[in-house]
Order: sequence, then C-alpha cells, then structure tokens
Amino acid sequence: MIYEPSFVSVAIFSAFVAVTLAISFYLGSRAKSSQGYFAAHGQIPWFVNGVAFAGDYLSAASFLGICGMIASYGYDGFLYSIGFLAGWMVALFIIAEPMKRLGKFTFADALDARFQSRGIKLVAGISTLAVSVFYLIPQMVGAGVLVTPLLGFPHWVGVVLVGVTVIIIVVTAGMVSTTWVQFLKGSLLVVFSLVLTVMILSRGFEVRDGGIDGHVFQKLLIPDKAALEGGEQSVEGLSGRSIMPPTGAWKETQFVRIKDTDTGVVTIWTQRERHLGMIELDEAQSIRTLKDGSILVNGEPKGTKKGEPKLHPVGYISRLPGGKQKTGPVGLLSFFSILQSSEVILWDNKTITEDDGTKTTVYFQKPTPGSRILRPGEHPRFRGIRSDRFKDKLNFLSLMLALFCGTASLPHILIRYYTVKDEASARKSTIVGIGCIGFFYILTLYMGLGAMTSGSLDVTDNNMAAPLLARSMNELLFAAISAIAFTTILGTVSGLILASAGAVTHDLMTNVMGMSLNDHEQVRVAKITSVVVGSIAIVLGILFEEMNVGYLVGWAFSVAASANLPALVMILFWKGVTRQGVIAAITVGMTSSLAWILLSGDTFTKVYGLPAEMGLVPFSQPGIVTIPLGFLTLIIVSLLTRD
Amino acid sequence: MRTRGGKIGKALFGVYLLLYGGFVFLNAFAAETMETTPLPGVNLAILYGFGLILMAFVLALVYGLLCRHTEEPAAKEESTDDL
Repeated sequence: MIYEPSFVSVAIFSAFVAVTLAISFYLGSRAKSSQGYFAAHGQIPWFVNGVAFAGDYLSAASFLGICGMIASYGYDGFLYSIGFLAGWMVALFIIAEPMKRLGKFTFADALDARFQSRGIKLVAGISTLAVSVFYLIPQMVGAGVLVTPLLGFPHWVGVVLVGVTVIIIVVTAGMVSTTWVQFLKGSLLVVFSLVLTVMILSRGFEVRDGGIDGHVFQKLLIPDKAALEGGEQSVEGLSGRSIMPPTGAWKETQFVRIKDTDTGVVTIWTQRERHLGMIELDEAQSIRTLKDGSILVNGEPKGTKKGEPKLHPVGYISRLPGGKQKTGPVGLLSFFSILQSSEVILWDNKTITEDDGTKTTVYFQKPTPGSRILRPGEHPRFRGIRSDRFKDKLNFLSLMLALFCGTASLPHILIRYYTVKDEASARKSTIVGIGCIGFFYILTLYMGLGAMTSGSLDVTDNNMAAPLLARSMNELLFAAISAIAFTTILGTVSGLILASAGAVTHDLMTNVMGMSLNDHEQVRVAKITSVVVGSIAIVLGILFEEMNVGYLVGWAFSVAASANLPALVMILFWKGVTRQGVIAAITVGMTSSLAWILLSGDTFTKVYGLPAEMGLVPFSQPGIVTIPLGFLTLIIVSLLTRD
Repeated sequence: MRTRGGKIGKALFGVYLLLYGGFVFLNAFAAETMETTPLPGVNLAILYGFGLILMAFVLALVYGLLCRHTEEPAAKEESTDDL
C-alpha cells in the first residue's frame, strides 16, 4: 500500500513524542547515582509502578502483533493474549516477593543471593543480554511498522528513528524517567484502546465488496476449459481480455492470468467454484518482481504517489446473518454472535517463482465463515491442534507453556520489582499491572476482529492492523494511537536496554571481572552499553522486518523461560540447589532454546530465505523441550555437586 | 508472613494452573469442544478465554486481600523472633 502522511497526524505524533522526551530529560536530571539510574532509588509509588508494568509489558507485541494476528486469522491471536496474561500469575504468586527480598539491582542479584558466585553472575548477565536482545527485535520491527503509515517513511527509517531516540532517552535518563513515561503510556494505551473498542461496537458491521479505498473486487464466470487450457482466444464476457495458458510455474496452481489485449496488463484471478462447465473467478492482487528488479503491482508499474498503482486495502464482511446489509451498533456479546453467523473475506498469499527468476506474490481472497474465525486452529502454526497426530499438537503446547513461564523470567519485568520500596508494594503493583493488562487483552479481541472487518488492512503486513483500524475511524484517533504505540515501544526498548546495561555494568564488569567502578563510572559504562545494545537492536529490527511481532515475542519468552525460570524457581523452593546447578541450568536452557529457534523451519523461511522443510527441529517453539531440560539439568548437576 | 503468604500464593497458583491447563489441553486434544456455543452465538473459546483473564484478576485481588490480613500479625511475629 502507499501511505501519504497527513499534517495533523504528524503534528500530534511529534508533540506526543516531544512531551515524552521532555519528561524523560527532566526526571533523568534528578537521578544521578547508580541507585537512581538503575532502580529509581526504590521509591516509585506502587500504583504508578503497577501501571508502568502495563506500560512495559503492553509493548509492540501486544498492540500490533496480537491485533494483527487476530485481524488476519481470527481467534488464534487471542491465544497470545491469554498466555501473556497467565504468565503474570507465576510472577505474582511465585516470584514477586522473593525477588524483591533477595535482589538489589538485577535479576542476577536475586539468583546469586545465596552463593556469592562469579559464575552465576556471569551466566545470568549473559542470559539477561540474550533475552533482552531477543525481546528488542519485535519492538524495533513494530517501530518501523508504525512509522510507515504515519510518516510515509520506509520501514528501516522507523527502526533507526526509534533506536536513536531510545539511546538518547536511556543515556540521559534512567529508571526514574522510564517508569514515569511507562506509567503515562500504559494508561493512555488502555484508555485509547477502550475508545477504539467503543467506536468499533457503535459502528457495527456492514457488507462490502472491497476495502475503504472504494475498489470493488470483481468476479468473473468463464468456461472451465478456458481456465485449464488458456489460449489467446477472446472469451465471451471478457471483451478486450484474454486468458493466458497456465504455463511453467503457473501450472497446477489455483490461479488464472488474464491479459488486457490493449494495454498488455496481466491481472491474476483465483478459481473458486465450478458448476456446469463454468468456473467462477475472484479478483486477486499481486506483486511481481521482474528479473531487472522492477516491480509490478496488479500488473502495472508500482507507484509512489496517491492515485498510482497500489495494492488495495482489504478485510470486510461479505455476508451478514439474515441477509442484512448493515447491523448498526452492536453489544459486547452480540459482536461475536453476529460475526459467528457471517462470512468474512480473509486474504492468503502464495509466491510463484518462474524459471527466469521472476517472482510473483499473489494475494487472494479466502471467504471464511465467522464460526471458523472465532475458533482456535486457523493460523497455519496452530493448525496442528486439529490433527490426529500428537507431534502436530506440540508446537501449540510448547508455545502456551513458554508464554506461561516466560513473563516471570523477563529481565526487564523483573527489574521493576526493585523500583518499589518493599515486598507488599511489589505485590500490590503486580495486582494493578494484572488489572490493566487483563483489561487491555480483552480489548485486543474486539480491536483485532474490528480491524478484520474494517476494510483497511494491508495484505502485505498484518502488524499494521491496529493503526490502520484507527485510521479507518478518523485521522486524529490514528495519530493519537500511533503516537501512544510508538512511545510505548520507546519505553519498552528503554527498559530492555536499561536491563542490558545493568547486566553488563553490575553483573559482568563489577562482579565477574572484579573491576572497581565508582558510582559515576558505573553510570558511564551503562550508557556506553546502551549505545552498543541499541545499535545491535537497530540492525536486527531491519533484518526481521517481515515477521509478526507477536510471534517474535513468543520466541523471546521461550528463551527467557528456558534460561531463567528453572534457576529462579528452584532457588526459591529447593534447598538442594548448588552453584554449579544454577550455572549449568542457565547455560543449557539459554543455548538449547536459542539453538532450537535458529534451526527451526520458521527461521529458515523468514530469516534465511530457505525452505521450511530444511529446518532441523520438528517444530518451531522450543519451550516444551528446553524448559524441562533446564529444570532437569539443574537437578542432576545439583545432585552431582552436593557437598 | 512469608510462610502464610507463600501458602496462599501457591494455593491460588494451583487453582489458576488447573484452569489454564484445562484451557490448553481442551484446545490441543478436543479442539471441537471450543466451537460449542454455551451462550447463543458465543462459543466456548471466547467465553473460556475471557474467563481466564477475569479469573486472573479476581485471584490477584483475593491474594492481595488475604495477604493484607495476614501482614500485621505476621510482622509482629517476625519482630518477636528477632528479639
């Protein structure tokens, strides 16, 4: 799609970001000691810290990734909402209070409270870095996603913009400002999502035959034989157009290419239903990259300005129950019951590579009953739950386990327990956090399904669903929502970079290498680390552009849960834990989960550009293997090394 | 306080684990159950999902309230131990 920035959106967006930065700078100037920089002097009020939890946690993944996945596939995206929230139960009931009791600055402090071991500090510091960097990737991808429709910049500009802004925030500020900024954004994100949901419900549903740009997707009826054999002959009802023979890579596909005999423009159609020797075709959309690198959109050279060839926005209802055309405002439950008996046009895609290297990605209509949209198992990665084979269900089980165990193992969430004064405040702020986050997650289902039927979706990128939904309501809301989401990413990224900086300065340099750094030097080392980690995040954010941010966060959760949770839980509940056991568990959990992800079919296709079948592990989500492996390693090594 | 709060926490965690485990296993091994509609037009997948989110908040509140009640006497106990 082509995105034209509007002055009002850019103005609101810039004002919002400027205010956030101003708050950061002001508060940052008040925190000069390392205690202030890393842990906000432990003096943040519990309520503020609780909402800041929501600000930290409701990152790009929640807002962009979950809404995008629901908008493209339906209920499956909501499984992430459920899993992400469930993880907070582990945090609240098991981890929160002991963490606060044992630690001071970082998660490694808590792990090491009993042993005073440099080895533990080393592996915990490295694991914090690994998890933070993994979690940073989706945030950076999300930043690029937001900037594209809002400011009209390419994806990489968004990534660089966020990277640089965050580095400035972290270098000038620290935990005090990060917390207050997160509090502000956490509240605004929840409030504006509520506004958006109310607007979705009051708008109701409407039958359409195209997206909000007014393009009507056509249907054609052609003889069966023509579709199978093609030929340059003109077909009745297709004046001025002829059907191309299905040659080369186009053979055995469901697509039919139709050429305009005057202009030579080739459009692509999908075969739908056959009856009485005729076949019904639906208009598809396509992006064709030629050998010389030039790009054709729907058969015409790609445009850059409004009015020039572009992909049309999609996502609409094709049939409502009772043959209605429009519902008017709907209620909280009737929203689902109406959708359940409707038909929605979802879009799928397939890439066809021809012998000469020309690549065509075809985006085609997939009429889907509402009852299927609202059930789990429609997303390709979750389809296994409908299979009879146990192995196919493992990917789903593995993801749900990682989400459950991951939250309480995320370093940037764990460090927030050190910003409040005592255990009771840690508990209370977690409860406030759960309230805000849970409420937001309920809204994600309305927002995602609202986006699915808004006629504004971009077929090439489902991460953009939520901002584009807001744009379909009005420009001001779009600017406000994008600005909030963007600054939320800024805050989450700041928190992650701070966690990494803390790990390097406090765990690795001071405790492992034994360097004696004074207060001023500690803060300086942390700032240098922030610049380095921020730069790495920028590069990775550009590399992983095409992946759904929610899915990427799922991986970060797997690494966090595999590396950190076994050690955290066992130290709290088993007296037999030894120093060697902790070191081995973190090392094995971290390396096995990272290796699993790097060798998975998903990484092969999306990152290396190789066929998924080449992946070396049987399914993509590592949690179900690597979390128990971490526990097992800890127990065995601890038993072997007991005095 | 630690023991009491810890016990309450573990018990509530057990309750939630059962609910979450039930949801995950129903999805994985009896996915069609999720398509049934206990309320007209609203399927079990949505109701159970919303229920899990609401229960998380309710259990968190219960935990907060129970811990508050046990906090003061426990604090006294601890200070007596110290003496």
